[in-house]
Parts: sequence; structure tokens; C-alpha cells
Amino acid sequence: MVETACPDSSAPETGRYDDEGDDVALGADRTGGFPAAYHAVGTSSFTEFLNMAAPDLLPGRRPLPPGEHAEIAPHATTIVALSCSDGVVMAGDRRATMGNLIASRDIEKVHEADPYSLIGIAGTAGIGIELIRLFQVELEHYEKIEGAQLSLDGKANRLATMIRGNLGAAMQGLVAIPLFAGYDLDAKDPSKVGRIFSFDVAGGCYEENGGYDSIGSGSLFAKSALKKRYRPGLGVADAVKLAVESLYDAADDDTATGGPDVIRKIFPVVMTVTAEGTHRLPDEETGAIAEAVIAARNENIGG
Amino acid sequence: MAMQFYASPEQIMRDRSEFARKGIARGRSVVVLSYAQGVLFVAENVSTTLHKVSEIYDRIGFAAVGRYNEFENLRAAGVRAADMRGYSYDRRDVTGRSLASSYAQTLGNLFGESGAKPLEVEICIAEVGANPAADELYRLTYDGSVQDEPGFLIMGGQAEAISNVVKDQHSDDQTLAQALQLAVKALGSVGGENGATRQIADDQLEVAILDRTRRGRAFRRITGQALKTLLKPVETAPAAAEVVELPDETPAESGETPE
Repeated sequence: MVETACPDSSAPETGRYDDEGDDVALGADRTGGFPAAYHAVGTSSFTEFLNMAAPDLLPGRRPLPPGEHAEIAPHATTIVALSCSDGVVMAGDRRATMGNLIASRDIEKVHEADPYSLIGIAGTAGIGIELIRLFQVELEHYEKIEGAQLSLDGKANRLATMIRGNLGAAMQGLVAIPLFAGYDLDAKDPSKVGRIFSFDVAGGCYEENGGYDSIGSGSLFAKSALKKRYRPGLGVADAVKLAVESLYDAADDDTATGGPDVIRKIFPVVMTVTAEGTHRLPDEETGAIAEAVIAARNENIGG
Repeated sequence: MAMQFYASPEQIMRDRSEFARKGIARGRSVVVLSYAQGVLFVAENVSTTLHKVSEIYDRIGFAAVGRYNEFENLRAAGVRAADMRGYSYDRRDVTGRSLASSYAQTLGNLFGESGAKPLEVEICIAEVGANPAADELYRLTYDGSVQDEPGFLIMGGQAEAISNVVKDQHSDDQTLAQALQLAVKALGSVGGENGATRQIADDQLEVAILDRTRRGRAFRRITGQALKTLLKPVETAPAAAEVVELPDETPAESGETPE
């Protein structure tokens, strides 16, 4: 802590945030200035900063009653990611379920993490969306404080640490697992620019060297479809088509995964990340691809 | 026991002010001004890594003069406060005004605290609006006073002399190239030998903008070739200057990536 820049250095340290949680969230101490934790030196991480300044805002810090709570909140389902010649493609269906009910028809589960990476979630939707939001701020915060972006491996490891923080809740059923993919700006081999990382509940982080992966309830079927059709070095357009098709296969056999909804015009969210950064395909484009997939299945049900 | 001499509160405050003011005037100046497409920051800075100008949030930038370690700490506090607020509420709820008042309180508390050294810094918090009239430029001084200065703001070094140059020629509808050339000319109007003007080389400049037309994070640094092109006299190549001014939507551009 820099003494000169810290107006509260003389204030008692113990318990001083407990009674001013709201003020801290507003970014002000009792006099309206920045609280002491805002002047702390040595951390570039937003999560570590929250841990000091407002731990109640961190996931995994809230006490849960004992028991299994998996059924209290909606579940997000299938995400696929596959690397291609120019980067990586990630797609997710639009369904969230609560038991046998459809909780949402148009939830968005694939998001930009930062200008060169994507994140998708499966599992308890609320936990997953909070994780995405925190991860986005984490990456941006690091970039602003340090003046440089984290490496792609650094981002993946950071995400693993954040999942580990949710282990307690995950063991009680509130589990969310991300799929992370990005364009590696430091890649030596031009065919390895698009990289995919998967995670487990305990915070294990695994790079998918096979070039594709899927998570969520329909992942078994999506992965089987990708296994037969995926070839290294696919172009972006082909990879996008394959992603939409594998989600169709997932929806075909998994009730929790939503297929393309041609009546309501709800189609999968498809995002790409290449040297130009992230891009979300417009609905018209994914709609056209989804309709082409449906037309092809009219001819041949197995695809 | 050592004899305590009486010093009036006025005298103590005057001494502290003088101490801070001297420290701030020692450094080079920073110019912040509104132009048609955004807010421009120009600092004289030989370092390419120790920044005087940086990003706080989507529409908010930070510029400072004085002691690096002191304003760097304040900058980090501002980034944390902005990210915290944006995370707790929404990105739109982060405003320059609330940040400016937190800075004012922090600086004011320290200035009044006996025993602590007053900070030798002056800070600008700039928020880009939908049009130049909606831009907010806040000047925060070592004693915690805060002023909203529409149009332009000059801090550090011989701020008054530079301000006189900018005042005469600044208008809100200038292009980026015009605004940049005015700022560089104003910075060069002081510090030359025998009152002569100086030519400031482009590698001595730290230039950044808050781009009004850009969605999301508006802050971008302008370096390398883009900066050289903008500094060329406008009469000869107005078209080229306009091209550089357009926001490049790809984050992959090599010379100009923010950070």
C-alpha cells in the first residue's frame, strides 16, 4: 500500500468493510473518496480485488443450506467449439430447461470474453452467466491495469481458478462448466492459432488438441457428429456449417437441447474469433445455414 | 523538549500548496481537448511504456501530470472503482462525474491530512459524450478541488502559456488532425530557448483518443505511422488525414491497438 496515496491508512483495518458493503460497491468510503483497498498495490486481478473490497460479490462465497439444489434454477445446455484454419468457431443452442419445462427459448450462452476469445457455458444458467460476466471484467481489468493482454494460456488458467472457487456450490448441484476458445496471438505454428480449452468442476483445465469439443447435456451427440465430420484445416464457413449441424444432431437426440426454431426465427448463436477479433454471425446468416441443414435432413435424416 | 513554533493554518496550507504546485510545474504538460469526433489527449512523454494517458472505462479516459508513482496509484484506483461499479450495476452506470468526485475526495483528504505529504499530481477525467457539447472534462488538483472545463484543458508545466495558444484557435468542430496539430503547436510554444517555439518529434508524444463514434470501449492510442500521418500539414493531404481518423473496427491493427 502506498502510504501517500492512501487516505485511510490510519483507519483501523479489521472489519472496516463489513459495515459499508454498499459504499464499497459504489466506489466510495465514508468521506466519498476511494476506500483503502482501491489503492492496494500488486494485484492486476479484478477477482483478487473483489476478494479484498467486496467479497460478497464473488461467486462461491455465499453460504448454501445443506442438500442437493440442482433443480431450483434453469439449466443451460449444449455448446460446441471447433478450430479452423483462421481461428476458432463456437456455437450454442438457445434452450434453457428446468426439469421437463423449457425455461428459456432464446438464452444466449456463447459470449465474447475479450476481443480475442470466446466463452460458452453449460449447467446452472445463473452461475454460468455470473461466471462469464466476472471473467469478462477480469480480462478487461487486467488489460487496463497492466497495459497488456493476458496470454491465451493465462486467460484459461485464470478461468480455471474461478471455476475452482465454485466447487462448494457445484457439489450441491449448482454446477456450471465453461468452454473457452481463443485466437492465440503468440502462436508459432500458423495452423495452431485457434485453441480450445475445456474444464472440469474441480478447476481442471484441458486443452483440446483434437480440434473440437462440446459441453452440456447434448455434448455426447454433438461430439459424435463432429468426430465423423471434423477435419483439421477447415475453413471458417465450413466450420460454422459443421457447428450448426452438430447442434442439430444434439437437439435431435437430447430433449434439453433446442433445435433451430424456424417458426419463431430463433437460431443458434454462432461466434468466430480470428486475427480480426471476435465476430457474431448475424441471425439472418445463421438462419440461412440452419434452414439449409433442415433441408438436407429432409433428404437424409442422418445427415 | 524541542520548541514548537507556531504556524498559522493559513501558512501551513500555503506551504503545502506551494510544495505541490512546484512539483507539478516541473514536469511536461498534457493537453486534453474536444474535437468533432471525440476527445483528444496529447502528452509530451519520452517513455512508450510509462503512460500519462490511459483508459478508465468505455467512455472515460484519464490523464495526469506530476509524480508517476502517485498518479499511477490513483489511476489504478479509478479503474477499480469503474470496473466495480460496472460489474455491480451496468456499464452505462459508470460516469465521469462520480469518478471525478471520488478523486476529489481522495485528493482533498490527503491534502488536509497533517503528517502526510500532499500529492504532487493534477488529474483530468474526460468522458466523451454524443457530441462535443456533451463532453465532460474534469480537472482535479492536488487539494481536491474539481472543475468542469468545457472544450479544452491543459495541465502541468507552463499550463497558462499553452492555454493561451489553445484558447485562441480551438473549436469543437475541428478534425482529429487539426486538433492534434493545434495541441502539438501549443505544447511547442513553450520551453524553447529564449522563448522560441520548439518542434516536438512524434516519438516524444503520447497521443490517445476517446472515439465518439466507437461503440463499447472508445479509448485508443495513436502511435507509429498513424500518428505521423496525422501530424503532416493538413493542406497537402486532407484526404489522407480523414482516412486515418476513421475508427478501424478490427482490433488487430498493429500500430494502434489500445494498450
